Amino acid sequence: MKTIATFSVKYSQSLNPAAELNTSLEQLATAGIHSSDLLDFYQSMLLIRTFDTKAIALQRTGRLGTYPSCLGQEAISTAIGKTMHAEDVFIPGYRDAATLICRGTTMQQILLYWGGDERGMNFTGNNQDLPYNVPIASQCCHSIGIAYAFKLRREPRVAVVVCGDGGTSEGDFYESLNAAGTWQLPVVFVVINNQWAISVPRSKQSGCTTLAQKAIAGGFSGEQVDGNDIIGCHLQLTKAIENARAGNGPHLIEAITYRLSDHTTADDASRYRDADDLQQAWREEPLLRLRNLLLNHQLISESQLEAIQSQCNEEVEACVAEYLAYPPQPNSAIFEYMYQQMPCGLKQQLSELETQR
Amino acid sequence: MPNLTLIEAVNAAMNFEMSADKNVLVLGEDVGVNGGVFRATDNLQRNFGEMRVIDTPLAESLICGMSIGLAVQGFKPIAEIQFMGFIYAAFDQLICHASRMRNRTRGRLSCPMVLRAPYGGGIRAPEHHSESTEAIFAHVPGIRVVIPSSPARAYGLLLAAIRDPDPVVFLEPKRIYRAQSEMVEDNGVALPLDVCFTLRLGCDLTLISWGAMLKETLEAAEYLAAIGIDAEVIDLASIKPIDKVTILESIQKTGRCVIISEAPKSGSVAAEISAIIAEEGLTSLLAPILRVSGYDTVMPLFKLEQQYLPSVDKIVKAAQHVMEF
Ligand SMILES: Cc1ncc(C[n+]2csc(CCOP(=O)(O)OP(=O)(O)O)c2C)c(N)n1
Ligand SMILES: [Mg+2]
Repeated sequence: MKTIATFSVKYSQSLNPAAELNTSLEQLATAGIHSSDLLDFYQSMLLIRTFDTKAIALQRTGRLGTYPSCLGQEAISTAIGKTMHAEDVFIPGYRDAATLICRGTTMQQILLYWGGDERGMNFTGNNQDLPYNVPIASQCCHSIGIAYAFKLRREPRVAVVVCGDGGTSEGDFYESLNAAGTWQLPVVFVVINNQWAISVPRSKQSGCTTLAQKAIAGGFSGEQVDGNDIIGCHLQLTKAIENARAGNGPHLIEAITYRLSDHTTADDASRYRDADDLQQAWREEPLLRLRNLLLNHQLISESQLEAIQSQCNEEVEACVAEYLAYPPQPNSAIFEYMYQQMPCGLKQQLSELETQR
Repeated sequence: MPNLTLIEAVNAAMNFEMSADKNVLVLGEDVGVNGGVFRATDNLQRNFGEMRVIDTPLAESLICGMSIGLAVQGFKPIAEIQFMGFIYAAFDQLICHASRMRNRTRGRLSCPMVLRAPYGGGIRAPEHHSESTEAIFAHVPGIRVVIPSSPARAYGLLLAAIRDPDPVVFLEPKRIYRAQSEMVEDNGVALPLDVCFTLRLGCDLTLISWGAMLKETLEAAEYLAAIGIDAEVIDLASIKPIDKVTILESIQKTGRCVIISEAPKSGSVAAEISAIIAEEGLTSLLAPILRVSGYDTVMPLFKLEQQYLPSVDKIVKAAQHVMEF
């Protein structure tokens, strides 16, 4: 017997939990990440954490519906938003508020969506991005059509699609990897491996050593990156996205992170998750290590950090105030946008709703 | 004017629109060099190239889901599912995304795509190749479901479906793919969607059918005419939304209705039409509404399929029953 193919999956990390950088700031700058970028990353991650905390508080006090927290996943989600170009298309799941905010979606819109208001579904900011996607991994197929469109029109654009560790078990995920490889499409798959699919741990999701290796079956490369290290995420995403843009085909990045929250506000993770595991995960969370890096290198002072936090608080509070003050939507919102032209039968049902109420 | 069969008309409509609009794409299993297993896409790849006429991997959810991605990017994909029996893996994409994209982006994005599939019994096909499950699709808000019953209507309705700004499921009665040819002018003129077509005027009773069953329905109408019963025949064509106006006007005139369909009886499109007439046309009725349909069973293998499918005889008996009521 002879070996006819060999594959490998690489793992990378630039900033470890102890805030040690595997390179110098100067070298990082040559790679395109300047000190100002590091500050910007931190500010964006802090904003989403502040928003997330507030959203949970709103849910607990009856002012928001079920909300899926992104606590612990701020690095990879922010990195995606910072790396993509405006003309690229982002295809989200449901835990991606951080990326959406980077791409111009307002916090008010995100609150409206999770607050059960139809108006929350019209993301402004990036008007070709897809809306939130709840049926797990089904969005992967959309990314194939979008990337095919770019290729057909010879546009230097990239589709970036995310899904969870659980999502990689779905047929749509595999069908999409297979198609991406077949046509060598400009699409980057980001698997946000937060170790949990509701109560099912990563170990019960798949017998694969890595989720990244699933790309190999699709005919292209996959890698792992420390998903709590925004610097490493940004570097690897940049390579993948720019490669895809240059016509070199798809790539998969498995970002290793941890869902520090419950699955959603309707879940209680203490039923199935070890407190020790969670504690360990907190030691590796993404904000603290970047904060320490900034402090260690005197890129920021304690008082500046405090100022950034109060700025985030103010920004979030202003958005929440605006969300809470939204006038109610008319009943007709149910019927709008079903078709470009409302069919007669729907007009009749709408008028029944209006007159019976 | 060429004489075209229904399948040739389907091909001609796609060919016309692909020439007229460079955003129209065709994708599916074996649609390229092979021209589709029924030849619906014959020559399209030769005419428009491999990038626009796409042989996809064998993955139905992908076919539907990627069409959604193409559609939100401004293309007008025509996706072929090889047989309706294999459409169900694509159903998730259809119901969760295609039908809702306009609504769930509040009009920011839309999904102008066509999902074509051959359907129905009567061609002695293997298991899973003969069902009629249009009711499942008709239940989905946000899509249109269209079924042609002649070459000319296949041509005009498919053009309309491709041009429609919303997703359309276009089900093709494969039993009559080559049953009949007729003059179809390949002039790019579409027929209206959302309306039924009255194929025969009559004043004694209304026969409503769609797809391949119109063949037996029209034959039954001829037979009934010979015995002095004047049947009006309506081709439903638009399974969703249903053109209530034409149906109710006909019932107002005739007072009697028989609905003919090869789908299982319960929870069917025939049931929906009956409900519309009962809700809004009760005072016109002179007899109960009858359904001549398939049974609530698994579609049998082909040796018994003629027993399963409504026959001319069954339609005539039902018509006589409502006349004598
Ligand atoms: C097709 C489908 N099946 C089941 C669900 C219910 N569900 C919602 S989230 C979830 C777990 C998803 O886990 P993962 O893909 O790892 O994403 P995460 O929630 O960790 O971000 C499940 C089973 C769903 N939304 N869609
Ligand atoms: Mg997960």
